[in-house]
Amino acid sequence: MTQPISLSRTRKIPGSFVVNGERHDITFSSHKTLLEVLREDLGLTGTKHGCELGECGACAVLVDGMPVLSCLALAAAYQDRGIATVEGMADGPSLHPLQEAFVELGAAQCGYCTPGVLLTARALLNENPRPTRHEIKKALAGNLCRCTGYIKIYEAVELAARRMRGEEAEPLEESLHGY
Amino acid sequence: MGTDAGRKPYSVIGTPRAKVDAATKCTGEAIFADDLVLPRMLSCKMLRSPHPHARIMRIDTAKAHALDGVHAVITGADLPIPFGILPVSQDEHALAPDHVRFIGDAVAAVAARDEDTATAALDLIEVEYHVLPPIGSVAQAATTPEPQLHGYADQGNLHKLIHLEFGDVEAGFGRADLVQDDVFFYEGSTHLPIEQHAALARYDKNGRLTLWSSTQTPHYVHRALAKVLELPPSRIRVIATPNGGGFGGKSDPFPHEIVVSKLAILTGRPVKICLTREEVFYCHRGRHPVLMRVRTGVTKDGSITAMDFESYLDGGAYGSYGVASAYYTGALQTVTYQVPAYRFRGARAFTNKAPCGPKRGHGTPQPRFAVEVTLDKIAERLELDPAAMRLRHLQPANSITANYLKIGTMGLGQCIERVCAGSGWNTRFRKLPYGYGLGLACSSYITGAGLPIYWNAMPHSGVQLKCDRGGGVTVFCGSTDIGQGSDSVLAYIVAEVLGLDPMKIAVVTADTDLTPVDLGSYSSRVTLMMGQAAIQAAERVKECIARAVAAKLDLSMERLTFSGERVCDREHPEDGMSFADAVVLAESASGTIGAVGSYTPARSPGRYRGSGVGPSPAYSYSACVAEVLVDGDTGIVQVPKVWIAHDVGQAINPALVMGQIEGGVYMGLGEALMEEMSYRENRNLVHKWPSMLEYKSPTTLEMCDVTTYLVGEPDPNGPFGAKEAGQGPLLPVMPAVANAIYDAVGVRIDEVPMSPPKVLKAIQAKAKGKEPRVGPTEAPDVAWPPVTAVPTPAEGGDGRAVEPGRAPAGGR
Amino acid sequence: MLRLSPCTASFPETIDEAVAEKVAHGQAASYVAGGTDLYPNMKRRVQTPAHVIDIRGIPQLRRLETLPDGRLAIGSCVTLTELIRQPAVQEGWPVLSHAAALISTPLLQNMGTIGGNLLLDTRCNYYDQGYEWRKAIDFCMKKDGAICWVAPSSPRCWAVQSSDLVPVVVALDASIRFQGPDGARTARARDLYLNDGIDFLAKRPDELLTTVELPSLAGARASYEKLRRRGSFDFPVLGVAAWARMNGATVSEARIVIGAVGSAPLVSDEAAAFLVGQELSDDTIDQAARIAARPAKPLDNTDFTIGWRKDMVPVYLRRALAALR
Repeated sequence: MTQPISLSRTRKIPGSFVVNGERHDITFSSHKTLLEVLREDLGLTGTKHGCELGECGACAVLVDGMPVLSCLALAAAYQDRGIATVEGMADGPSLHPLQEAFVELGAAQCGYCTPGVLLTARALLNENPRPTRHEIKKALAGNLCRCTGYIKIYEAVELAARRMRGEEAEPLEESLHGY
Repeated sequence: MGTDAGRKPYSVIGTPRAKVDAATKCTGEAIFADDLVLPRMLSCKMLRSPHPHARIMRIDTAKAHALDGVHAVITGADLPIPFGILPVSQDEHALAPDHVRFIGDAVAAVAARDEDTATAALDLIEVEYHVLPPIGSVAQAATTPEPQLHGYADQGNLHKLIHLEFGDVEAGFGRADLVQDDVFFYEGSTHLPIEQHAALARYDKNGRLTLWSSTQTPHYVHRALAKVLELPPSRIRVIATPNGGGFGGKSDPFPHEIVVSKLAILTGRPVKICLTREEVFYCHRGRHPVLMRVRTGVTKDGSITAMDFESYLDGGAYGSYGVASAYYTGALQTVTYQVPAYRFRGARAFTNKAPCGPKRGHGTPQPRFAVEVTLDKIAERLELDPAAMRLRHLQPANSITANYLKIGTMGLGQCIERVCAGSGWNTRFRKLPYGYGLGLACSSYITGAGLPIYWNAMPHSGVQLKCDRGGGVTVFCGSTDIGQGSDSVLAYIVAEVLGLDPMKIAVVTADTDLTPVDLGSYSSRVTLMMGQAAIQAAERVKECIARAVAAKLDLSMERLTFSGERVCDREHPEDGMSFADAVVLAESASGTIGAVGSYTPARSPGRYRGSGVGPSPAYSYSACVAEVLVDGDTGIVQVPKVWIAHDVGQAINPALVMGQIEGGVYMGLGEALMEEMSYRENRNLVHKWPSMLEYKSPTTLEMCDVTTYLVGEPDPNGPFGAKEAGQGPLLPVMPAVANAIYDAVGVRIDEVPMSPPKVLKAIQAKAKGKEPRVGPTEAPDVAWPPVTAVPTPAEGGDGRAVEPGRAPAGGR
Repeated sequence: MLRLSPCTASFPETIDEAVAEKVAHGQAASYVAGGTDLYPNMKRRVQTPAHVIDIRGIPQLRRLETLPDGRLAIGSCVTLTELIRQPAVQEGWPVLSHAAALISTPLLQNMGTIGGNLLLDTRCNYYDQGYEWRKAIDFCMKKDGAICWVAPSSPRCWAVQSSDLVPVVVALDASIRFQGPDGARTARARDLYLNDGIDFLAKRPDELLTTVELPSLAGARASYEKLRRRGSFDFPVLGVAAWARMNGATVSEARIVIGAVGSAPLVSDEAAAFLVGQELSDDTIDQAARIAARPAKPLDNTDFTIGWRKDMVPVYLRRALAALR
């Protein structure tokens, strides 16, 4: 028979997490994933979950700038690393250019995949400020969305990229009105 | 409309702008159900049946109760009152009291200090089942009347049988030059919202229950809770949290919502549940698998003389919206091309699988696939161009169909022209090299169902407005934002009428304590019905304010204009005041400012049994050309490009309409190529793939490029002329892909999804000189009830069925 | 929410520490690196170690270097993203970068490691399912049940090898180094994999995979073709790795390995022998493909139908061989 869940193995351990530049010293269960610690122990519910098995990308966060699946990251292994969640993307009251572009183009419909997509896109633009449409698709190939069909997401990433390169850029008419 | 440059009659409507909640969705500020935390909150997990069909002989929860950290354990005995979304199929229990009907049917629930403890407790619940033989298919249901899954079924395990005839179908076939006879199968699929269902219940010390839930239909959940918990509705508050995707999968009242409510009452503590992805597959309520047979009589020029449509729905274990779904598989065949005589027979079966219900398009994508592919075959036989043939026989605008559906604006012709022009149809169709193909298909969808889910004479949507002395406006409505932007549409409409900035309007929605009833986000009803109610409320407030301002300025009310957050003389705009001052003036004159508005659709002319499904205040139209690339060695189909034109009447916010169209194309592509909600009949009827990995939905790498055309003229029944966009654009994609595959490699895949093994099999058959087709060849044998014969409007009918034994009016 | 079965974790900093810990815990502990295979298994309760030993903190295991003799030494905790991007790999062993880039998604590639991928648990439609689902089929031979549902009358488990890097490293004739309580050991990649869904590794549980060494590809070419439903996320339903050392236009040595059609990678010595001395013409490729495809018998443990997957084997063999031209 499959082992029943053995609660006696549950251990609380002390740990230290650096999230969006702030250090948090907490006590947490040793078998928690980074997703669970962020949401449940640190109250940062911006990071979402769609499957908890690494099959949808909704839980993506950045670890030292690199997008990872927080649902498969054992929290204890990610202490003292630089973790970025969606809550840290805005600069005070000012939205990150990616967030601005998503808002402008309606690239977030239900918004549930959005935090993971934004962070993955941010990592892409940090590394490649001038991505082609194909490069954007490949970078986001691990982020499922059921609402948008991805198109407004690509357009928003491209718009943000141009602005981040210092260009004055507006959405294309066809994006917003069709042809 | 659309690309008409320079014509901008509105200041808000028709202009692309951000949603009012866009920033909260992009910053992590938006609170979804599983984000909610209350002090002393307990976690709930549910135990589900491992058998597709069984009786519960014994259930013992003592050991689970005894586990440290467990606060309550309940079973079916604690929730004996049944519920269900439709009044005619109140066949569900929150926890099965004795009869489990599919793997996933819940039998017990635990509230514990955390999810790990609740999960451990589930392992300690002992259930003894007496296993019963399961029913795995429509064919099996048709031949296995006993044991009945539900005693109320029309016939054995056939839940619902429908037999309607409009006009004289046989005479119509007699007039035809050609009768095309096709059989199709459309597999089931599920919504797969990224957000799993979650709900949090709190029962306070005043005896009031509050339920936060990711639901599209808080009003229907409210009714179900009152019924099952035997609490007055006035002591229950349901708040729909923003849905992380719905698509129809969150439109039923669910067992888990009732369970957490009951546990909150029993423990006196808040109780939350978030379903695992596997459990979301068991909630399902998705697209019915449907086998269809369609016989279509046409004259040489492609004009339809008669259509005889049969559909066989695999309904799963419970009714859900299934009766409506069954009717929908027969309702909208007549709204695109003229069909003067029409017969529909529909059968929905109960089977021991997750219950099917409404998924985007609700029962219409399957028959639309059948109609559009059958027409493609007809066009080929008649040597007519499929686009030209359709254009010649469109159902006219402002007409009434054989089955009594009132068509208003009808922009399908324009849609077809745009996608044909855009795709180079005339120079490329039937002219591309082997492996490349174009396919055309069209469709239509309702803009809100004409009838509510439960019979009543009350409005379908209510809006309340409040004006603050500081100039702020708050608008209240029961509508639910599931990502489509309904909260924003509400703000845009009120802003348009009152001349305000939509971002300064406070929107309060989806709270049964605070907001007037709106029936919910399904059937593409919200923009139209909420919108019309909002216009009414705003016009009433506007009138009250205008009266005060007119008196002050000594003008007639007609001279006043509300724009730019001011109220002024339209001929001398400097004579006026800020909206805030206008409110102060009006409040001083007549007391606190507020108004309500409501909307009820007009009654449809159909009076026959079943006429409640199909009518709508307005119908949207879509046309789609798909370009495909088929690999002849593997059968793999790629869809690099889709052109889609959608008649939306008037886009309230074109950017949001674009998003709905692109999302609809995406979801249609998923169904066309890869989505399958299927079960292992020889392995205890387990679901094949209840995970996001194995249930295939397209990634960025599969999604096609989309060129979108927004067309149409404002429809008088829609708010500012608007029609729907949330469901229509999905419908033509699957048949367009099927028709494109035929153009590419000369094979017919009369089954959805059109997966590589099927395509390759057809290609291989063609190479061997056999019929180049994959698909079903026959329909199950069903004993249909006597026909309900309805003379058509053209025959002088009055919408009523003929009584059996009497000659129809108009003579036949 | 699906959660990990409760466990504790440790983060050793040397190989000896890690091995000693594993020996001390015995079966109750698992080594883990990226966790992208073990943690989903734990959430679905097919593997429930009480303790996990996260080895990513051991510096030796993260090294990637070209050795003086031209071989590539890859520490077992080198991530898939590193394999994709490191110039040494892209230039010297492009087939490895290419295959790694086909694995799952960029998010997972950032976490998953070569060691983890080479030791990937075998997979099956009846095994890679949640606990409740498996209860409904009375479990399966690989975990808690008695019957292999893919082949109910068979005495063995037929779970399928589902890694993309396994066929590649076997085709490249990699050496795999282990460190265990009794010392170090090197195995040929080809010998590491056994034809059984449960006992699919010729490796003791307490042995830690430390390094993968690839011979230089100088004078040789290699390819990998993957078949799956979508362009990301999905495991292979078929994978073909091919390697050939050329003498001008003629093959002097070849290796052909088919993945995802059995519990172990399927090596076709016969097809490889056939190619020796031949040019890679359409005809020889076709014949070699037929020979190699014959013993491939996919079963119903992945996406797609068995018949179609079987039909695809020669197609993808031809493509992999043609890519060597």
